[in-house]
Amino acid sequence: MTSGTIHDIGYRRYDGRRLGRSYVLRSLYVHNLRAAWGLGRPARAKVMPFLLAAIMLLPAAADVAVVAISREPELLWRYSAYATYLQAVIAIFLATQAPVLASRELRFHVVPLYFSRPVGHLDFALAKLAALTTAMFMLMAVPVTVLYAGGLINQVPDPGGHALRYLSALAGAALYAVVLSALALAVAACTPRRGFGVAAVISVYLLSSMFVLSVQGIAEARTNFAFAGWMGLLTPFNLVDAVQVRLLGAQKSAVAVPPAPLGGPVALLLCVAVVAVSIAVLYRRFRKGADL
Amino acid sequence: MPIIATQGLTMRFPGVTALNDLTVAVEPGVVGLVGANGAGKSTLIKILLGLLPPTSGRAWVLDLDVAHQGALIRERVGYMPEYDCLPPDVSATDFVVHMARMSGLPPAAARERAADTLRHVGLHEERYRPIGGYSTGMRQKVKLAQALVHDPQLVFLDEPTNGLDPAGRDEMLELIRRIGTEFGISVLVTSHLLGELERTCDHVVVIDGGRLLRSQPVAEFTADSGTLAVEVEEGRDALGHRLADAGLSVRPDGRLLLVDVAGEHTYDLIRDAVVELNLCLIRMERRRHHIEEVFTAPQDAWRQAPPMPGPPPPATAPPVPPAAPVGFTSPPAGPPGGHPWTPPPGGAADGRGSGA
Repeated sequence: MTSGTIHDIGYRRYDGRRLGRSYVLRSLYVHNLRAAWGLGRPARAKVMPFLLAAIMLLPAAADVAVVAISREPELLWRYSAYATYLQAVIAIFLATQAPVLASRELRFHVVPLYFSRPVGHLDFALAKLAALTTAMFMLMAVPVTVLYAGGLINQVPDPGGHALRYLSALAGAALYAVVLSALALAVAACTPRRGFGVAAVISVYLLSSMFVLSVQGIAEARTNFAFAGWMGLLTPFNLVDAVQVRLLGAQKSAVAVPPAPLGGPVALLLCVAVVAVSIAVLYRRFRKGADL
Repeated sequence: MPIIATQGLTMRFPGVTALNDLTVAVEPGVVGLVGANGAGKSTLIKILLGLLPPTSGRAWVLDLDVAHQGALIRERVGYMPEYDCLPPDVSATDFVVHMARMSGLPPAAARERAADTLRHVGLHEERYRPIGGYSTGMRQKVKLAQALVHDPQLVFLDEPTNGLDPAGRDEMLELIRRIGTEFGISVLVTSHLLGELERTCDHVVVIDGGRLLRSQPVAEFTADSGTLAVEVEEGRDALGHRLADAGLSVRPDGRLLLVDVAGEHTYDLIRDAVVELNLCLIRMERRRHHIEEVFTAPQDAWRQAPPMPGPPPPATAPPVPPAAPVGFTSPPAGPPGGHPWTPPPGGAADGRGSGA
């Protein structure tokens, strides 16, 4: 071997293990989860997600403090309503972080490097959806957990009921996470530009909720409460709240939810449809983006 | 065993035929893939990676069928795209480690291989900085490193010298050469700079319009053309006439004389002529073919110009000067057409003859 320097030990072959699909999928998931929080990227990429997470946490901490000082347990916020109260913060988190996962690798043409390796197109899309869902769940579940823990510390009455409501709120948070992430990823993947992605996600959220709120206002003024409830299915936060109210036994936080027997299943079905369509959109988008 | 084999490979897009009945097989080593833009190179790589099903025909990479063993192929090959494919806000180390894991390497092995590979391609301390601040040369190295990090048996390098300055180009070519020889990894490298391929490759495949034009070892492309190039300081014309009189086939080419080698005695004749005319001989070298000639020369002429000794008939002149072989083969009286090769009394048509 003609070695240039004393450190040059020449090329070494790799005879070690090569792990299969589940390892690659897991690595991809962790990579995307870290990217959603700006980890492994420069400091300025971490500012937005952690700032928003702190803002999410603030009301819960303040509320626990109020309960502790005033000794009035009914001041503790309802767990299931937390996401609805803070939907603006959640929407901003979605708008800033969904393009990071959905379009960053399209914009910089990194996608073909994945598909020239043993990474499947569907796995690629699923890992991204799972990663953003997890990040969103963390964003919403941590403050709710703070509320619950604060309630326990302050010895609010009916601990069993609180535990039940807490668990159902966690299930609701998981549903919020997957539906909101799916919608935001599908919208953000449509443009490789980050700025457009942010604007598109926030406007889908804002326009749909403004439209639904105004129609609901008119319907309620005419005492057509059922119609107002059904209209609620057209905006993501209201849609998930309908499932929470009708299937998870929560109290209503949105303006209106669809009536009892059909409302819950229809809302859940719609959630599933949103996720399925979003996966299909992501799959097609990344397939196209894989053009060498 | 051939590393890449195709059989009647055809790829039609709406309105375009990217590959047309391509049948070729290449052995391990450094293989160049040449073709103009749009000749079908990228389409071929995509098919070989198993990412694009061909319209018809079959292809094998490392003895694996691209039609239904694409995943196995993608585990065993590396791919360096032509265009920029790096995220700017990640360090080269993190990026290459991630790509190693995407190929199935466990975390510890991925880190170790990434450090090794980046060192081999020549990235040192800068590999901890975000890629956004890298020069084009450094980016090309990162792209190469991610293609090699999982120790593939074959790498596809698409235009690896694109955008590099001459020094970076030399470094990259040297690296490709080392990948083939020292690392023991077969390479399929595309380029439209044929001189580069002559330097790095063992074998060159030329495709044009999706069709196979030629597949040969580089040695055959650059074989001896059977022509001597002779340069003297002054008196080129005089020497030319003297050699023509001696029965050699001689043509002018700029400041040079091209002499067809008719055997060992040709060298002696030239030497003697130079001495007798008391000229100053600058050089005398055997002309080699260049891969470029595949494109510039008419096909038939090229095929008929083997590196053969013996007196060639005038019609089979090597194609370097595309003009008809006129010149010293006729007596010094020359054709009356005022050709620059007639002696000065005949009247030079342009200024070139007056210096003699």
